[in-house]
Amino acid sequence: MTLLIGSITIGLILALLALGIFISFRIFDFPDITAEGSFTFGASIAASLIVAGINPVAATALAFVGGMLAGAATGFIHTRFKINPLLSGILVMTALYSVNLHVMGKSNVPLLSQNTLFTWFEDFSNNISGKDAVVNLIGWSVPARDLWTLCFCLLIIIACSLLLFWFFRTNIGTAMRATGDNDQMIRALGVNTKVMIIAGVALSNGFIALSGSMLAQFQGFADVQMGIGMMVWGLASVIIGEALISENSLGMVIAGAVIGAVLFRLLVAIALRWGMNPNDLKLITAGFVFIALVLPGIMKKTKKIKLIQ
Amino acid sequence: MLELSNLYKTFNAGTINEVNALQDVSLSIEDGSFVCVLGTNGSGKSTLLNAVAGTFITDNGTIILNGVNITRQPEYKRARLIGRVFQNPFSGTAAAMSIGENLALAAKRGRKRGLGQVLTATILNELKEKVKTLNMGLEDRLESPIGKLSGGQRQALTLLMSSWLRPDLLLLDEHTAALDPKTAGKVIELTEKIVTEGKLTTLMVTHSMQQAVNLGDRIIMMHQGRIRYDFRGEEKKRMKVADLLSLFDELRRKDQIDNRVAELLELEYV
Ligand SMILES: Nc1ncnc2c1ncn2[C@@H]1O[C@H](COP(=O)(O)OP(=O)(O)OP(=O)(O)O)[C@@H](O)[C@H]1O
Ligand SMILES: [Mg+2]
Repeated sequence: MTLLIGSITIGLILALLALGIFISFRIFDFPDITAEGSFTFGASIAASLIVAGINPVAATALAFVGGMLAGAATGFIHTRFKINPLLSGILVMTALYSVNLHVMGKSNVPLLSQNTLFTWFEDFSNNISGKDAVVNLIGWSVPARDLWTLCFCLLIIIACSLLLFWFFRTNIGTAMRATGDNDQMIRALGVNTKVMIIAGVALSNGFIALSGSMLAQFQGFADVQMGIGMMVWGLASVIIGEALISENSLGMVIAGAVIGAVLFRLLVAIALRWGMNPNDLKLITAGFVFIALVLPGIMKKTKKIKLIQ
Repeated sequence: MLELSNLYKTFNAGTINEVNALQDVSLSIEDGSFVCVLGTNGSGKSTLLNAVAGTFITDNGTIILNGVNITRQPEYKRARLIGRVFQNPFSGTAAAMSIGENLALAAKRGRKRGLGQVLTATILNELKEKVKTLNMGLEDRLESPIGKLSGGQRQALTLLMSSWLRPDLLLLDEHTAALDPKTAGKVIELTEKIVTEGKLTTLMVTHSMQQAVNLGDRIIMMHQGRIRYDFRGEEKKRMKVADLLSLFDELRRKDQIDNRVAELLELEYV
């Protein structure tokens, strides 16, 4: 049960990553691999600042800003120099690897004895429920602090989702969605699509860095490798969400990405529990996304064949 | 007033695919004038409209719209002055977004877009009223994605969108070419209504001689990147489909003669 709650918490943290991937992939149709660098960038910024004694909330917020800058760089390279999206992302991701090493000063920064967002949640729990309190949850005894941590993560992700939902229905946000849908049309309506793409990719990477910074604080360290495979991970979450929620409205799609992220994390936890080799995790994730990408096409084909017969 | 002087545009300059799509095009269009642009395929009609709209920057010449020199302005800035409808019904609307959202986007053409909600109650009411004038029953479907509509419905909505805020210039590029004749007729009717009611300065590309004869107060005919004929006033009123057809034939004959002369010269000198 503790494992389950831990998995859901990580799933919620990675839901921020899924929201970021959702913005770049689904709203802008921009395959943005900067994600892998900015996830680590967020983690390294937060970790270094926390070690330097900065307030964890400020450190997390600055991680978000750092991610936005990374995304803006990718968007700028793409729009200004007409380099294709994937290559622009690869350039920034590669550059970020060095930047991250510089920010952290080494390849791994431990946070175990530091004040992080999550030690705050624990302190809060100790104050409210008492130290080392245990809650009985449908027959299982669960540490109260794990439950509180889960609740806080849930609150953060709900707030972020609502914020995005609100933003994408404002005049600017709607123009952003239109940029991803039909850039010719929205340019003819007076919108600078280059600025929209830069801002959108920046927003996306802000959320991804936020996710990285929270994961680092939750697991107690930042590592220069922690971003590897995160883009496909986020994509898998978004795809699961879309499969679950067939409706196309903005609110449902955002909710889908969040639910997909939690579900995907749970599936992975279960698979690991059943003895899946952790080294195979990325292979299987990639295979899963591949199947999810080609399956709709194949299903259409078989349907057509049936119609012909 | 739109004033084009000595516009040039060459695509793929310096390669074997070089095309002189616009060659020394000068044209001035008075306020409220409705100009039909005719011409053979590849004669540069779309290029002319794209040059004015700012899809690309021209190689040479100037474009002045209502006293503002817009020659070097990017497309999105010109959009404040210019409304557009494209040939492809998919080009003018964002398919995945709702009818209401598409229209609301157009209600802010060229204006500042802030953090206000795009679909407020007042905007929705205004939208409903406007869409009702189309008589297509779309006012009750403002929530549904615009991609689900037919090409004709989408072109009608695009027309409405391009003229929502009165544009100083309306550009229509064969906006009925992809529609069946009946729908095309309806969209043309709507075009006429919008243009006359708003007294809009309009540049409309068409392949239909009939449309050119019936609509507007001026016809220009393009060929090989140049304006070859320009009829207005009484002369335009007297124009018949047959006259236009014979002009086309004449242009084609001249082409053939040019080609034959070129061949002869080649035999002679090469
Ligand atoms: N973006 C472009 N790149 C290269 N060549 C182009 C481009 N746009 C137009 N052309 C070329 O310029 C010439 C004029 O094209 P344009 O589209 O203006 O013709 P048109 O008069 O609109 O023809 P149609 O009646 O077929 O629409 C053509 O030879 C075309 O191939
Ligand atoms: Mg054309």
